[in-house]
Amino acid sequence: MPARPLFLARAVYRRRRLRDAARLLPMVGLLLVLLPALGQNGGGGAYDAVYLFIAWALLIAVAAMIAPGLSSTEGEGNAEGDKPEDDKTEDDA
Amino acid sequence: MPFNLLVLICICYVIFLFLVAFIVERRAARGRLGFLRSPLVYTLSLSIYCTAWTFYGAVGYAARSGIEFLTIYLGPTLVFIGWWLILRKLVRIGRQQRVTSIADLISSRFGKSNVLGVVVTLIAVIAATPYIALQLQSMTLSFSVFAQDTPDEWLLPAHEDIALWVAAGLALFTILFGTRNLDAKEQHHGIVTAIAVEAVVKLVALLAVGTFVVWGLAGGVGPVIEKIAAMSANPAWELKHDRWIGLIVLSAAAVISLPRMFQVMVVENIDESHLSRASWAFPLYLCAMSLFILPIAVVGLERMPAEANPDMLVLTLPLAEGQGALAMLAFLGGFSSATSMVIVETIALATMISNNVVMPIWLRLYPAAAMSGNLRAGVLLTRRFAIAGVLALGLAYYRISGGSAALAAIGLIAFAGMAQFLPALLGGIFWRGGTKVGALAGLLTGFVIWAYTLFLPSFGEGAVLPAHVFTDGLFGLSWLRPTALFGTDSMDPLVHSVFWSLSLNAIAFALGSLLTFPDPVERIQGVAFVNAFDREAQAERLGWSHGQAEPEALLSLAQRILGEEALTFFEFHARAQGKDGFLPDLTPEFLAEAERRLAGSVGAATAHAMISQLFGRATVTVEDLMAVANETAQIMEYSAKLEAKQEELSRTARQLREVNEKLTQLSVQKDAFLSQISHELRTPMTSIRAFSEILTEGDLPTGMVADSGRIIHTEAVRLTRLLDDLLDLSVLENGAVQLNLDLSHLGQMIDRAVQAAGQTRPERSFVIERDEQAEEIHVLTDPDRLVQVFINLVSNARKYCDADPGVLRIAVRQKAGRINVDFIDNGKGIPKESQRLIFEKFARLTDQTRAGGAGLGLAIVREIMANLGGSISYLPGQRGAAFRVTLPLRLEKPGKNIKA
Repeated sequence: MPARPLFLARAVYRRRRLRDAARLLPMVGLLLVLLPALGQNGGGGAYDAVYLFIAWALLIAVAAMIAPGLSSTEGEGNAEGDKPEDDKTEDDA
Repeated sequence: MPFNLLVLICICYVIFLFLVAFIVERRAARGRLGFLRSPLVYTLSLSIYCTAWTFYGAVGYAARSGIEFLTIYLGPTLVFIGWWLILRKLVRIGRQQRVTSIADLISSRFGKSNVLGVVVTLIAVIAATPYIALQLQSMTLSFSVFAQDTPDEWLLPAHEDIALWVAAGLALFTILFGTRNLDAKEQHHGIVTAIAVEAVVKLVALLAVGTFVVWGLAGGVGPVIEKIAAMSANPAWELKHDRWIGLIVLSAAAVISLPRMFQVMVVENIDESHLSRASWAFPLYLCAMSLFILPIAVVGLERMPAEANPDMLVLTLPLAEGQGALAMLAFLGGFSSATSMVIVETIALATMISNNVVMPIWLRLYPAAAMSGNLRAGVLLTRRFAIAGVLALGLAYYRISGGSAALAAIGLIAFAGMAQFLPALLGGIFWRGGTKVGALAGLLTGFVIWAYTLFLPSFGEGAVLPAHVFTDGLFGLSWLRPTALFGTDSMDPLVHSVFWSLSLNAIAFALGSLLTFPDPVERIQGVAFVNAFDREAQAERLGWSHGQAEPEALLSLAQRILGEEALTFFEFHARAQGKDGFLPDLTPEFLAEAERRLAGSVGAATAHAMISQLFGRATVTVEDLMAVANETAQIMEYSAKLEAKQEELSRTARQLREVNEKLTQLSVQKDAFLSQISHELRTPMTSIRAFSEILTEGDLPTGMVADSGRIIHTEAVRLTRLLDDLLDLSVLENGAVQLNLDLSHLGQMIDRAVQAAGQTRPERSFVIERDEQAEEIHVLTDPDRLVQVFINLVSNARKYCDADPGVLRIAVRQKAGRINVDFIDNGKGIPKESQRLIFEKFARLTDQTRAGGAGLGLAIVREIMANLGGSISYLPGQRGAAFRVTLPLRLEKPGKNIKA
């Protein structure tokens, strides 16, 4: 296997960070939706509902912003014939 | 509204869906899917997650316990916005391995195991039964609600009868579309599109009802929020922390492992990129679906009489407000939710039953079936029966449970059952260490705990589990009470069951995997699944040994399953191999591809079993085992091969270099010899010519004539000897020498040789050491030739040994029918670089002591020894020059030499 470059070009670097964001997003989402359960007993009122819907919309918006970049980069990767390297290290782990 | 009109509308709606599905199937058959292959259709088809449970049940759920219903949609949202982590890999694996169902995936991952396939299928069927019952129940309820308040002479049929008719109708529709053909990829474009249409209908219906409720009844967003705030004082609405967390986890697990979700998400996926669109579009759909649930619940509770069923508020609220058309739309929305769920769920389950249970058992019972009979028809028939059977089970559950429990409770039971697949599924695609035994242990543990703590109690105390089990525990052990395992009685029953079943399931899976060793097929599949994104790992390594089977047999098998497509597939591969016609060579790659194709129709385990019938067992080659035994084995093997090859090459190169050196030296020597021999020939010729000229002049003194004559004679003799030697050598080399075999005494032969060689440099003082005792041997050989050899060696020693006095030791040893005679002198010996050359023709090491001969002596000796069945070699390391003559005691087969 050819040695991987230690530092990446700007575009590739962005792509990697986008993937990191995609991995982090569900964690952030979990935190957001668990927040009502962390509040005082007696939660579950109207304001919790409003908060949840806002958080929900926010998550969807961020996911919608991230998704196109992810899928297009994957397409590029396939065309170049080089697989996403992050996956390899992750899968090998 | 009259009941029969309602039925008519439903039938029209179903016919419309039928047409949609039909047209799409036709277009798909012509390969013109167009916009139907869009991410939109994929996303909408995912909406079968929202069943009648969502449509009717969520409002009831919200009316009972406030915002808790949101957990069911938040869990899937998290899974989808995190698609990069799990779903992407699942879809990739599903496409790569042509997975037909979740049972197929798990069975395929763990070594194409039949047992696992059967277990997963059984769990799926048992867990899906309450869910299907739930759909039947909600449809029955909606029918009765709709028809009941119309003052009508039409008699409303009993609930059971409605459920029966609904189930029968659904079975018919599903069979008509789900089992029309056996596709290589198990995709149903028609059904997926029909479901997408239904998804739009249910979303529009719910949004319409919601809009009407919020702006029509409640007077806007602000008042609704106030109403909700007022209602949330109700203690039942209080957020229960354990349920909140537990249900989010549960619904997240369920969206991955529900058979129908797996079907639309993985099996029906046409393009991986659709998933990235669905990653936010599907949560958006869920968000829109749940947006108006709470308002409808709140307004419904406020306006409807207290005894109204909260599960039917979506329907009863518009009806009560006199909005007949809106209610009709809501009814169709609910109808859509229920039908789409039942259709896909039954197709998914029927595929599992036929591929993972019936076909493997059938093939085991009748191994000949793989070779004969119409498998295609068999598979389709099995599926039709399976669809009917699954619906019948759902109906039976509905009747037994009485259809009284709240919708949400039943749905959650099913969720918890399906979630048991999660540890094996995730463990299978992310952990190479997962084994078949581990997966089996985890699944069975999870299933048993789920059944004991949630499923069986759902029938009610005393129905299946006796009442005393609930109070005292199984076998009277209080820590085995179904709702308080290990004494955890403070937990909510559902969270309790999910917690214990999933955690013990995961622990059993991990322990089972850690303690057992996977077989080679499992390990190969493990690599293929876990490294789904690693292209090199995808090279199929599990090969079939071929030889017994003909391509025709495979083609006829494939045709029975794939139909016409098999011909196209075979032709394509034949062409790829550069052959005409339909029968490609059965290369391992082709066989692996054929197996995957078949697996797309009948599942991995069945396809494996079928090809096994044709080809015997799958061969795990030595390379496979090596690759399995060690991660780096392949590289090691490769570099070992390279090393071996390199060694061989360098050996050859070394040999070539030696030969080349020798050739060069020989060529130099030959040149030297040619000049030498011309000199040798020339010297006697010159004197002969000179003296014969003198003689022809006449008038010479007689003394001078005699002298000249003698000189001419001597020179002529020298010439003759030289020519004799050359002749002798060429005869010996051609093997045309005639041997006179005789039994003679070795000692006497050496005597003769020493005597004859004494004439060489007779002035030298030379000692010859001999061992008379050892020389007492009689040898069957050609004595004259052998003596010639000895003479040569002794006179060589006399000529070239530079020690004074020279000592030659002649040692004789007899060994295993051969005799070694060593001639060792005390001179300087022969330098190493010359040792290889001395036996070559014309080799002469020094010029200064040439005493006749032209460097042919040792060459002749070597040829003689070869003719006598022996050899001569130089013995290095003896201080002086040493030669070893080896010859057989009895020259056995002089045959060809004597005849020649």
